[in-house]
Amino acid sequence: MHPFSISRATDPETAIAAHVQDPYLAFIAGGTDLIGLMKDHAALPERLLDINTLPGLARIEALPDGGLRIGALARMSDVAGNAEVRRRFPMIAESLLFAASGQLRNMGSMGGTIMQRTRCAYFRDEDGLPCNKRRPGSGCSALHGLNRNHAIFGWSDDCVATNPSDVAVAFAALDANVIVRGRGGERSIPFTEFHVLPGNTPERDNVLDRGDLILAIAVPARIEGRTSYYLKVRDRQSYEFALVSTAAAVAIGGGRIRSARLAMGGVAHKPWRLTAAEAALQGLSLEDIDTLKAAIATSFTDARPLAHNAFKVELAQRAALRALQIAGART
Amino acid sequence: MAAIHTPQAPRDARVHVSMIVNGSVRALTIEPRTTLLDALRDELALTGPKKSCDRGECGACTVHIEGRRVLSCMTLAAMHDGQQIATIEGLERDGQLHPLQGEFIEYDGFQCGFCTSGQIMSAIAMIEEAKAGWPSAATTDVTKPFTMADLSEAEIRERMSGNLCRCACYPNIVDAVVEAMRRS
Repeated sequence: MHPFSISRATDPETAIAAHVQDPYLAFIAGGTDLIGLMKDHAALPERLLDINTLPGLARIEALPDGGLRIGALARMSDVAGNAEVRRRFPMIAESLLFAASGQLRNMGSMGGTIMQRTRCAYFRDEDGLPCNKRRPGSGCSALHGLNRNHAIFGWSDDCVATNPSDVAVAFAALDANVIVRGRGGERSIPFTEFHVLPGNTPERDNVLDRGDLILAIAVPARIEGRTSYYLKVRDRQSYEFALVSTAAAVAIGGGRIRSARLAMGGVAHKPWRLTAAEAALQGLSLEDIDTLKAAIATSFTDARPLAHNAFKVELAQRAALRALQIAGART
Repeated sequence: MAAIHTPQAPRDARVHVSMIVNGSVRALTIEPRTTLLDALRDELALTGPKKSCDRGECGACTVHIEGRRVLSCMTLAAMHDGQQIATIEGLERDGQLHPLQGEFIEYDGFQCGFCTSGQIMSAIAMIEEAKAGWPSAATTDVTKPFTMADLSEAEIRERMSGNLCRCACYPNIVDAVVEAMRRS
């Protein structure tokens, strides 16, 4: 790694002010993504500010109204093991358990896990192949290169990368909020607006600005929460990033779908919400496979696969169907 | 931070870190970029934790921080001032191996041995995680309480998936873990 200095944050205000003033300062929490990026020279901060010392940000609160407030410094393993998280929103626990390894889940913070940068091999490559996310304007090696693991929705000619976070998919499906404190005070960012599509600024993953410090992720009470499931499809059964994944939550009444929440990972630069499918699923029976398939297909009319990932279009729809069925069977 | 910006080496950037390593206070003056793994190996001569992938992909560097298993290659020593660190060198008590070390020998849980320190440190903490009731990706229903009776071989394999063994001693590693749990 390149040389840098490190200091400990004492309070949020000072940390935020330092981050605003110093463009070469980075916050570090678990470090499991940032240190990897630094080893690959894909992140070169001159100063690290260790925010693990900030008090009160590791709490996992089960709110009386049925929601959750998950502190940004809570570790992935603590959230996945939390009895109320598991009972209220099983897919949040599952999405975390299907991610990384036991060691990494003990390290990774919740704020960091939604900030993970893409696993696109061209972005991570040390040898300097073109990548607009790493060196804006240098080109996208994946667009006409090896793109089996890349996006089928929302990509641009400048970037076809996918977002690697599993729990972000669950948070998007649940319309959670990212609670951020920045130079203008505290604000709440709807999760589906937190990550952005690449467009012509693929170096940008999310809407955070200099000085923004994630305090927590707030998950509102959802009637579909308890009957939810996270399905992850990958080349290796464990300790691997998703080819495609689905977060499915469904409320059933009288044998029919009252409401459904569906989001997918591994298909776009951000967690991809299947909004059209959610509307089309209302009123359907979980037994009627053909109509369920047709409803899910309404969200895939705008899929644009690349040279090596056309299989994802079919795989993603099957994963969505399976996740929906497993979630619905969870009473 | 700009992607192409070349950082300037900060002068006098060495930091003081004091950690409790295997029960003893160890004070170090190190560069901030020193990973916990490099501090243990190069500064404290604790070469049990191995530097293999150095990217958080193989588990050979697994140690415990405050009793939890972590990858020492993916964290900086400077972030652990005042904390308890345990490496495989600290497992033996009065000349007696830790039960898991004994079962790894008994069940041939290794060939070349390069991953073994990480496997054993990981397994010890993994059993504690299961005792605490944490589910895993192999758990049938995460909404239900997890008990030690649920810790099947499939559970052990999933929970140990962060430790790779290129000699592929996996069946023997699982047997060693099962036997150590049975005896404890």
